[in-house]
Amino acid sequence: MRIHCPHCGERDHREFEYLGSAKLLERPEGGDAAAFHDYVFQRKNPTGENAELWQHVMGCSAWLHVVRNVTTHEIIAVKLARDVKEAAR
Amino acid sequence: MNRIPTGGLIDRDISIPFTFDGQKYTAHPGDTLASALLANGVRLMGRSFKYHRPRGVLTAGSEEPNALMEIGEGADRTPNTRATTCEVYHGMVAQSQNRFPSLKVDMLAVNDLLSPFLGAGFYYKTFMWPKKFWEAVYEPIIRRAAGLGRLSGQADKAVYEKAWAYCDVLVIGGGPAGLMAAFTAGKGGAKVILADEDFIIGGRLNSEKTEVDGKPSHRWAAEMAAKLREMPNVRVMIRTTVTGAYDGGTYGAVERVADHLADAKGAPRQIFWRIVAKHTILAAGATERPIAFPDNDRPGIMLAGAVRTYAHRYGVAAGQRVAVFTNNDDGWRTAQDLLALGVTVTALIDTRTDVSPDIDCPVFTGAAVVGTSGRLGIERLSVRTSDGAVQQINADCLAVSGGWNPALHLTGHMGGKPTWREDIAAFVPTPNSIPNLIAVGAANGNFSTLGALKEGMAAAKAALKDLRLKQVRPHVPVADDAQGAVAAYWHVPDVKGRSWLDFQNDVTVKDIELAHRENFRSVEHMKRYTTLGMATDQGKMSNMGALAVMAELTGQSIPETGTTIFRPPYTPVQMGALGAGGAGKGFAPERFTTTHDWAVARGAVMIEVGLWHRASWFPAAGETHWRQSCDREVKMVREAVGICDVSTLGKIDIQGPDAGVFLDRVYTNMFSTLKVGKVRYGLMLREDGMVLDDGTTARLGENHFVMTTTTGAAGPVMSHLEFCAQCLWPELDVKMISVTEQWAQIAVAGPKSRDLLAGLIGDVSNASFPFMGCGNVSIGGVNARLFRISFSGELAYEIAVPAGYGAALMVELVKRAEALGGGAYGMEALNVLRIEKGFLTHAEMDGRATVADLGMSGMMSTKKDFIGKVSSQREGLLDPMREQLVGIRPVGPVRQILGGSIMVDVDAEPIRENMQGHVTSVCYSPTLDGMIGLAFVKGGHGRIGQTIRAVDLLRNLDTLCEIVSPQFHDPEGEKARG
Ligand SMILES: [Zn+2]
Repeated sequence: MRIHCPHCGERDHREFEYLGSAKLLERPEGGDAAAFHDYVFQRKNPTGENAELWQHVMGCSAWLHVVRNVTTHEIIAVKLARDVKEAAR
Repeated sequence: MNRIPTGGLIDRDISIPFTFDGQKYTAHPGDTLASALLANGVRLMGRSFKYHRPRGVLTAGSEEPNALMEIGEGADRTPNTRATTCEVYHGMVAQSQNRFPSLKVDMLAVNDLLSPFLGAGFYYKTFMWPKKFWEAVYEPIIRRAAGLGRLSGQADKAVYEKAWAYCDVLVIGGGPAGLMAAFTAGKGGAKVILADEDFIIGGRLNSEKTEVDGKPSHRWAAEMAAKLREMPNVRVMIRTTVTGAYDGGTYGAVERVADHLADAKGAPRQIFWRIVAKHTILAAGATERPIAFPDNDRPGIMLAGAVRTYAHRYGVAAGQRVAVFTNNDDGWRTAQDLLALGVTVTALIDTRTDVSPDIDCPVFTGAAVVGTSGRLGIERLSVRTSDGAVQQINADCLAVSGGWNPALHLTGHMGGKPTWREDIAAFVPTPNSIPNLIAVGAANGNFSTLGALKEGMAAAKAALKDLRLKQVRPHVPVADDAQGAVAAYWHVPDVKGRSWLDFQNDVTVKDIELAHRENFRSVEHMKRYTTLGMATDQGKMSNMGALAVMAELTGQSIPETGTTIFRPPYTPVQMGALGAGGAGKGFAPERFTTTHDWAVARGAVMIEVGLWHRASWFPAAGETHWRQSCDREVKMVREAVGICDVSTLGKIDIQGPDAGVFLDRVYTNMFSTLKVGKVRYGLMLREDGMVLDDGTTARLGENHFVMTTTTGAAGPVMSHLEFCAQCLWPELDVKMISVTEQWAQIAVAGPKSRDLLAGLIGDVSNASFPFMGCGNVSIGGVNARLFRISFSGELAYEIAVPAGYGAALMVELVKRAEALGGGAYGMEALNVLRIEKGFLTHAEMDGRATVADLGMSGMMSTKKDFIGKVSSQREGLLDPMREQLVGIRPVGPVRQILGGSIMVDVDAEPIRENMQGHVTSVCYSPTLDGMIGLAFVKGGHGRIGQTIRAVDLLRNLDTLCEIVSPQFHDPEGEKARG
């Protein structure tokens, strides 16, 4: 796979580390146990497009919001996770 | 001898000596091992895998299933080398393989007589029981009898490299289609890589007697290759096999740089390339397929196209009296070409009835070969003519053509399924099987030379258009436009004897029939039941034939029957190439502290801690056992002063107006309230409530903190903090960077540490540097940071200096320590000191422990949210009977404890159901004069004072222990504050 880092350009996937679903951006506010249970443990398992978090560990250290087709491994869109998080506010 | 007097792309003026099975022969530059052996009259080149049947060369390419050789001697010996692609070099030593004692007399050929018992599924049926016989008896016998080449058993001394390449257009294969594609793309200004597995460019153009643009086709190919090499934007890579197609236009390729050289002169043997291409043009050609008939595996029986290759490219007649067996027009060409070269053609046998080849030799149409005979090579064949009569024909070579299979393998590497084309009786690539890859020419089922040239050009033009590069209209060369008719014919029916489909794994038509009878009818089942297609040629010769036989048996069409999935690599890749750069020290990076050379010079015994190399202990004169050194170093710290390089701890510099708030959210305890000039110990959780790491963080300024992490978690903690800052709270104004390598940090620990520093720095009393204080100091004019922190429990300091001063500081500190009765200490002593204090490492913070389990609930702030807070309060994590961290001490006759022991109650049987926990850390404590340990014990915090057993079933130790507080030494912490 080739991931286009907004800072560094297109790089091989081995420069990046995968974390998991981009749902991890949506940390619940407050102390609701059920909301945290959902946030920490519940994941969709889609075929096709999935929004994920990757970090450019061998590059600029940026956390990236990557929309990837998990069936074909096609990288559909890459944004800075920071920008996605701020846009959601 | 079989060398034709003239012709061929070989240099007849030069002779290259080599040996095969100890016999001396000569070759010419341009020869492969197979062509040289054939030229020397050698037909027998190997023994088959299972039945040890004599086998000769079948092909002239990388698909060769039979002529596999061991090349080289000693550590350089490489097994399973295809003689058909192996260039002969001066002094080459080649050996046949899988025979005993010799190729001509193979005693293991007795397997062939046992073949009625060794059919498909034989292993599954025979060796099911008795079970213990499998390892002891059956497997060693099978391994002895069945096999390919032998590994040298020595370390591979050759050098391999790995490399990356990037291009606009990758062209795979340098035949007519590939040459035209590369030329067109190159003219248009694209960055082009043309990769071909052969050592000369041209593909079939070097194997045929044909013309392109009025020139012999091999000359046209050579001229095109020369033009391409002159283009600065085109890279021509010969001896380079593209082995796999991967995501994102990435291709794996192996370049054999020095395999063909007697002396590599320092060049790497092979390079494993990762080629990233925007567009790929697959022009890999096609492989000819055999027809199955009884005893079709006798040496001298070859593919018809290979016979032409040996004749035209190598100037070798594969036989003196050649018969041809074909189901297509292409086979006729073999007979015509050989006749033109003066070779006797004893018969042309065509399975088709509606053809009338005009060739000057005995012709049989509607006929088939039904048997062969001859010792260690074909001498005669039996032909069943159209009227059913059987006739004997003399031949020392039988050229067979069953049609051609497009080399579409790469298009299956991402799960694509090929498409069946009835008109050519072959599978062709399905478009878009690999994004941005187009198959052209024979690889796309277009078998005419002109068609290949045109398709190659068209694909390159499409790529240029997509790349928005210059459109070009190169001249289309004049070339043969004959496709060649073919009528599907896979195996000769109604025959006696064994008709071979998979030559490498000894699978016959009858084996497929057996698989069908026993209901292994799906292609994947049939393949595994018979082992068809599972040898090193991966079914290139056999898959189609077997599919066709299964289709006949099931009454389905071939596409309904299916196709097996092609996976990388296209041809076998040596582990050395895949692991290039990863052997020995290349396996992992090494990290050295600034005091490494000093420690080694002092005689320190080093230990690897993750990637770091650290001093484990410093043996003193007369010490012969690590425990002597370790005990002395521990006492030194407890009674005087010890010096230890702790630079490997992760150091993260955190700055910004919101740094304090940020730390509040990632640590369980408060940091925004920490005063400038103070240090605080902190615990960090994962969001699921488990402890991630611990360490101290110092506040150097209002907006400036320096965090330390454990050595092992430095990377993960850095990623975690970046995640928190970028993904969770981008609104916080905070920045961080790892400074682990920028600062050397050295611990000065022990009751005399203050005295030592007083001489070096000045006043470091409790008044100026109280416990958990920090600040900037000057040491010999160098700005340093001083931290009053202790991982030993003693009065202690850590000094950080810019890395360049680390070694000098170490020398100075150790000199001063030694004057005070102290000295350097290593990891072993450091570990004992921290166990005596009950301090944590990742043996305790094992990813399953909560703050409560570790007995540190007081560090969970109730005044703020932090990562892991909510999840740490889950019901199951509050269970008072969870495994909790305690200390243990032997109280019975057994005085030893072993790390990893399981804990069981005093009267309980040591089985899993009774397990009460496990031992995480142990040491001999010189301070307490006995072994101590840290352990997780169910409900342990409430069991202080009770007894329990630590049992190690593997090492046979059963120790009665008392459960105690994990703070063995100075539990009040007075010494560190002193
Ligand atoms: Zn980047």
